[in-house]
Amino acid sequence: MSNRGNSVAKGRGAGLGSRALVSVAGEGAFVRLYGVVAAGGFRRYTTYRVATAAGVFTNTVFGVIVAYTYIALWDQRPNLGGYDQSQALTYVWVSQAMLMTVNMFGGGFADELVERIRTGDIAIDLYRPADLQLWWLSADLGRALFHFLGRGAVPLAFGALFFDLALPTNPGTWLAFLLAVLLGVVVSFALRFLVALTAFWLLDGAGVSSLVSIAGLFFSGMLLPLNAFPGLLGEVARALPWSCLLQIPADVLMGRHHGTGLLGAYGFQLGWAAVLLGAGRVLQSAAVRRVVVQGG
Amino acid sequence: MPDAPEAVGAAGVAGATDAMDATGVVGVAGAAGVTERLPAPGMWATYTMIAGMWIRSTLAYRASFVMMLVGNFLVTAFDFVVIALMFSQVRSLGGYSFAEVAFLYGTSTTAFGLANALLGSIDKLGARVRDGTLDTLLVRPAPVLAQVAADRFGLQRLGRLLQGGLVLGGSLLALHVHWTVLKVLLVPVMLLSGTAIFCAVFVAGAAFQFWAQDAAEVQSAFTYGGQTLLQYPPTVFAKDMVRGVTYIFPLAFVNWLPALYILGRPYPLGLPSWLAFTPPLVAALCLTLAGLAWRVGVRAYRSTGS
Repeated sequence: MSNRGNSVAKGRGAGLGSRALVSVAGEGAFVRLYGVVAAGGFRRYTTYRVATAAGVFTNTVFGVIVAYTYIALWDQRPNLGGYDQSQALTYVWVSQAMLMTVNMFGGGFADELVERIRTGDIAIDLYRPADLQLWWLSADLGRALFHFLGRGAVPLAFGALFFDLALPTNPGTWLAFLLAVLLGVVVSFALRFLVALTAFWLLDGAGVSSLVSIAGLFFSGMLLPLNAFPGLLGEVARALPWSCLLQIPADVLMGRHHGTGLLGAYGFQLGWAAVLLGAGRVLQSAAVRRVVVQGG
Repeated sequence: MPDAPEAVGAAGVAGATDAMDATGVVGVAGAAGVTERLPAPGMWATYTMIAGMWIRSTLAYRASFVMMLVGNFLVTAFDFVVIALMFSQVRSLGGYSFAEVAFLYGTSTTAFGLANALLGSIDKLGARVRDGTLDTLLVRPAPVLAQVAADRFGLQRLGRLLQGGLVLGGSLLALHVHWTVLKVLLVPVMLLSGTAIFCAVFVAGAAFQFWAQDAAEVQSAFTYGGQTLLQYPPTVFAKDMVRGVTYIFPLAFVNWLPALYILGRPYPLGLPSWLAFTPPLVAALCLTLAGLAWRVGVRAYRSTGS
């Protein structure tokens, strides 16, 4: 079982992709191509069931630890950042549920892409008749969907069972939350894609990617809600792209954005997604012009 | 690699594996019967050699290394920034002042940082079992535990240790504690015992991965989770959690119990204050149990054949 898991991890991305290309690209059905890539991204992660269960356990343990520190904090300062205690606890459990979906710790596809740049395998990706950025975005969306279901649902349910959470009863709010999560994943992807491309210049992308993921961890509000950040730091943090990953989806779920406010929140996410994806394209074309395949 | 004794080749893979097993766990060199076999390098020699190799390799990409070191420093520094942000809004947390929480943070992070720097790579064991590269380590005439622990030795992990040490130093300056000789001596004892307890957690977690290879992340709940838990005062948490980390999974001995004695704070759960001096014993017990678990794990290991 676990052996199989490993070989699948290595093989599936490339195998599935090329098979899809043969059958699909000829028809010019590009949407289907990227759909297949996304499905591959999803299925690839479903292989690791034990790892998923282990991750859920760890998220839940962290959720409990953080929840108690927030209880102590909100006991001292009720209404800190405009949250009451149950909203603060909701925030804790939403953040544990979203951690993997928006890939808070970095890694995932980015590590793979960096490794392909470092080894020179990127040359193969570049002569595929598919767009590099869209290819990886599709795969990452598939992964995100799996992590949302597989890693998100149980911690949130655990939190709702053992703590007093402020979850909405209106299905419309849940739908609005799903859209905010989707946009958050796209922004997260765009950031990590940009970072991964620095490997064209640095060869070992681990340094930059760890710095960026640390900045992300802090400015996404994973460690403390951005609402609770004091003064100017809070203003800056809420304007940075990382606030799209967790703070906005969590606030949408708690019904803190509605009407035009909700449209404003989506607009903010879309704006950052457009800017960062665009920057990724520019950097990609600059990188491709200078690419010298190593060991080739 | 060390000068591989000829005899290993003759004895065959199975024999070598047994020998490795024995040396890996108990540190006894070689199987008794085979006299012509050269003594295998010890635990520490193996560890320093492999770690040194990885340090040289890390330094080959210098710009990246500096960024990883800074990153490692910052990632834990942000943990502390969060505590500082909390204290920008409140004056105490669970009845503890900023300096007191910083003391808990500093001791927890330093002990964990040291253990993580020494043994952090060990949580890759599950991946090694899965892809079959553990077999390569088993046939080498050197202790397996040292090989696994030193593999991909991350020099950048010193960032966390440095950061924890700085916070600890700062908190010692800021604390208003009536220092006695006993309390001063207790600080290094606490840090070393804490490191040993966390090392035991790492080794036990790795042993667990012999059976549950994909479940490596469970270990993080106890290592990183434990470190996070101990950064906050025990008064913050539910009594059952404090009971759990005192009686079942003895993380409370890493810093809570000795630190509360130093800070002159009441003990949770009505525990007696002489427990402040037991961490070395608890650490020895934990290391013994973890060593046994590792031994059982290596014995039970079956190659995936890939």
